[in-house]
Amino acid sequence: MSEATFRGGVHPYEGKELSKDLPIKTVMPKGELVFSMAQHIGAPAKPIVQKGDKVLVGQKIGEAGGFISANICSSVSGTVKAVEPRMMLNGSNVMCVVIENDGKYTGIEGLGKDRDYTKLSNDEIREIVKEAGIVGMGGAGFPTNVKLTPKDPDKIDYILVNGAECEPYLTSDYRQMLECPEEIVGGLKVILKLFDKAKGYICIEDNKPDAIAKMKEVVRGESRIEVKALKTKYPQGGERTLISAATGRKIYSAKLPADAGCIVDNIATVIAIYRAVCKSTPLITRVMTLTGDAFKTPVNVNVRLGASHAELVEEGGGFSREPAKIISGGPMMGFAMFDLNVPITKTSSSLLALTKDEVAENEPSPCIRCGRCVNACPGNLVPQKMAQAAMNNDYDAFVKLNGMECYECGSCTFVCPAKRPLTQTFKQARQYVMAQRRKK
Amino acid sequence: MSNLLNISSSPHVRDNSSTKSIMWCVIIALVPASAFGIVNFGFKALILIAACVATCMLTEFVWQKAMKLPITVNDGSAALTGLLLALNLSSTFPVWMAVLGSVFAIIVVKQLFGGLGQNFMNPALGARCFLMVSFAGKMTSFTYDGVTGATPLAIIKNGDKAASIADILAAGDGQTQVSTNVINMFIGNIGGTIGETSVIAILIGAAYLLVKKIIDWKIPVCYICTFAIFVLLFGGRGFDITYLVAELCGGGLMLGAFFMATDYVTSPITPNGQIIFGVALGVLTGIFRIFGASAEGVSYAIIICNLFVPLIEKITIPVPFGKEGIKDGK
Repeated sequence: MSEATFRGGVHPYEGKELSKDLPIKTVMPKGELVFSMAQHIGAPAKPIVQKGDKVLVGQKIGEAGGFISANICSSVSGTVKAVEPRMMLNGSNVMCVVIENDGKYTGIEGLGKDRDYTKLSNDEIREIVKEAGIVGMGGAGFPTNVKLTPKDPDKIDYILVNGAECEPYLTSDYRQMLECPEEIVGGLKVILKLFDKAKGYICIEDNKPDAIAKMKEVVRGESRIEVKALKTKYPQGGERTLISAATGRKIYSAKLPADAGCIVDNIATVIAIYRAVCKSTPLITRVMTLTGDAFKTPVNVNVRLGASHAELVEEGGGFSREPAKIISGGPMMGFAMFDLNVPITKTSSSLLALTKDEVAENEPSPCIRCGRCVNACPGNLVPQKMAQAAMNNDYDAFVKLNGMECYECGSCTFVCPAKRPLTQTFKQARQYVMAQRRKK
Repeated sequence: MSNLLNISSSPHVRDNSSTKSIMWCVIIALVPASAFGIVNFGFKALILIAACVATCMLTEFVWQKAMKLPITVNDGSAALTGLLLALNLSSTFPVWMAVLGSVFAIIVVKQLFGGLGQNFMNPALGARCFLMVSFAGKMTSFTYDGVTGATPLAIIKNGDKAASIADILAAGDGQTQVSTNVINMFIGNIGGTIGETSVIAILIGAAYLLVKKIIDWKIPVCYICTFAIFVLLFGGRGFDITYLVAELCGGGLMLGAFFMATDYVTSPITPNGQIIFGVALGVLTGIFRIFGASAEGVSYAIIICNLFVPLIEKITIPVPFGKEGIKDGK
């Protein structure tokens, strides 16, 4: 089988060897937990508990605030200490439910009970996924029940489980493929039940041969599920590049995966679906990678949502060297943190501590029009010209140059020999254009 | 943690390559051609190369100092301009004229338009054309083995259309009896500018650039193929392979196709634009060489096509991913 891939892309230093062989360690939070009501794309959830209320593990504390929104469930038992705005990763203040952990982890009734998904109706399954507060855990945080409810379910041909994990350093999906492959297949089977015409593809980059082998072993005998090896190249795990590599179909910004007959869910999301449907457990934990050359002992951890990032540092053995930069997520699309005292959310995939800040070390110089950005762009765009337009505040030209097709993967900025801040420019321009469009 | 952490927008990692590393790669790729030129034409060639490189670097330094700009001489781009200019000069060219050309390249063609990345014309070729119109005699006087004579291309151009190319080349230009053949043209044992004569040395450097992915195949391949087809169609000699090889190996075609036409700043950035650019170069070079007054045409073809780059790019913006076959983007 020739390996599926896409045009463009880059090969950053992978850094996965730091944490890839370390089994997932479960860590328990200390002290208070902070549950943001906006851990997903869409309307924030509405808090449904008050100060002083007793809550249990798995109890809903935030109710979805609209169609595109998600419930929030408590990951610990204890007392609601406050319902107030708290600071998030990006510096914004968001309404949060703060819970003082009693350390008992008393669950709600029926938590963890086995459930046979084949006896559930499709609507019941979607309702369970919705109640469990499951969102895309690969980073975007799109509510999963909405994804699983396309206009025309019969037109869905492929369920793609995204195990590409193309971001450097991250190994949480990889570890989960090795440690709980049955849950991934179980979750995929639940989704396949919703779409009886669809085939399931588990898509994995070929830098994880043991994960590919493991998943192949587990899906043996499953007629509707296949494991697809993809060429290792960033951003293979992007929705558009993944769909194109796995199925040959293509979508652009105005299209949803469902328009191409696809539903894409990340490994962690599929596991969350399995646990919600088959184990009666809402989304209250996630696996994160604590890695980077500043950590003394990088590690993969299973954490309770709502715990503070600051608590994680000691799980990685503390810092052996002074970190210059700490990133939530991967180095290509992750978010640089200015403070570790922010809570872990459903989309926190990693805590990456680097001793070198390559951005600060590289002064931008004039563009020499080498065209590397054009070759690297998976969207077939011309970043060099887009940047020129955006820098001149010529947003019409930016849109004409298909600037709105950019999904900010960072490949152009990574390869730029002049170290120009291309992606940053595009983010600003895109935000501006989107704001203008909303005004109309 | 006591200190505030650095924050910046993603991505947070960068590739190792830099403007400087790219420029030095191109300079390394020109080493075979330069070395051959020095061996072929002697110490004078070395002096010219040194003079052009030093002048370009010094001019850039002085200009940036005077204009209170960041000093970027060590990025190698000025040195590269100087080297390319020298390789485009005859070994007998007076040093002071070469120095003048170097100053022109850096100040007029490059810095006046905004410096690195902003010039619309290849600085080395701009300077070569400036020298060509200013000192035509010196620019077209070529010496090989101590004998001044016409280059093989000029000999062919003036040769009898009925005679075979091998005979024409063997006869030389009739006055100084510089006899040669296409093998010598490939190796470089002929008269010409310092860096253009040895096709093999240029191809070694070009292969290095292609392998290191500094340049892309599109421009040189489209250029050379188009030119070859043009020569066969309009050369007036029918399907004469010896003639074709002589035209390909003679003059500045190879140096131009691999090292000048591929100049990042002055060639299209879009993949389809690069193909159009290469084809246009091939056609223009063919017209200049076959129908023009001079046997050469590469420099003029390249600088004229440089001027069309913005237009070419405008019409060759690629279709974004997933929008193939969709009109209007709706």
